[in-house]
Amino acid sequence: MTILDFAGKIEARNLTPEVSLDKAVTCGYCCDLLSWVMAHGDEGMAWVTVQTHMNVIAVAVLAEMACVILPEGIVMEGDSLNKAVEEGMCVLSSPLTAYEICGRMAGMGIPAHN
Amino acid sequence: MEELFRTVYPVEAADYTSAGQASADIKRKLKQLGVGGDVLRRVAVASYEVELNLVIHSMGGELVLTVYPEAVQLVSSDRGPGIPDLEMAMREGYSTANEEARSLGFGAGMGLPNMKRNADDFSIESELGKGTTITMRFNLPL
Repeated sequence: MTILDFAGKIEARNLTPEVSLDKAVTCGYCCDLLSWVMAHGDEGMAWVTVQTHMNVIAVAVLAEMACVILPEGIVMEGDSLNKAVEEGMCVLSSPLTAYEICGRMAGMGIPAHN
Repeated sequence: MEELFRTVYPVEAADYTSAGQASADIKRKLKQLGVGGDVLRRVAVASYEVELNLVIHSMGGELVLTVYPEAVQLVSSDRGPGIPDLEMAMREGYSTANEEARSLGFGAGMGLPNMKRNADDFSIESELGKGTTITMRFNLPL
């Protein structure tokens, strides 16, 4: 499933319109401890987190994730978004809670691991 | 062993804003040198963890990336304070990160175990009051 299709299903707004939404979402994850995410992050992952600082982008890029999803309408500060665009990382903001987003991901058949 | 490439990245203590820049550059450089796939991902994870450890725990230090025909080597050395109990530090979930680091989502106590898991060779030496040196090697497919 592409990020574009995925974003629609979690009612998300794209905070990085400059970044392509053609990449495939292949697995999902939810965690706010960056070191934990570094240990478990994977390629093509859609990662739900409430963290919005610059290191979130660094972790997502290093793990070659598909996108970062901020739940409950959280937005990301400008510096982090600029970094995301620069690195080609898509950031979505969904009005749903992390629990609901993960529930929908599971419903779409997105697995926990590649 | 013949050195193909070598570069040094100074890393400042508590500089959370530029944290991750050295590892991002390491990943870019290795990509340019034709390193890819699993090795590239493992180096990227380990270099980010070690860079963040320098930012969170050290009084500043440097990361040295050396590329050989058969391996990538990453050496992190700092100016202190040194690790009092290495065995505890290597344990998953054990962390001495401060409030600031924790508020950013660091300090899960996964850094050192994560480096060890991702590197083909991992060694750590630490002396209180002096500093810590971590050496990691990642074998390149022939």
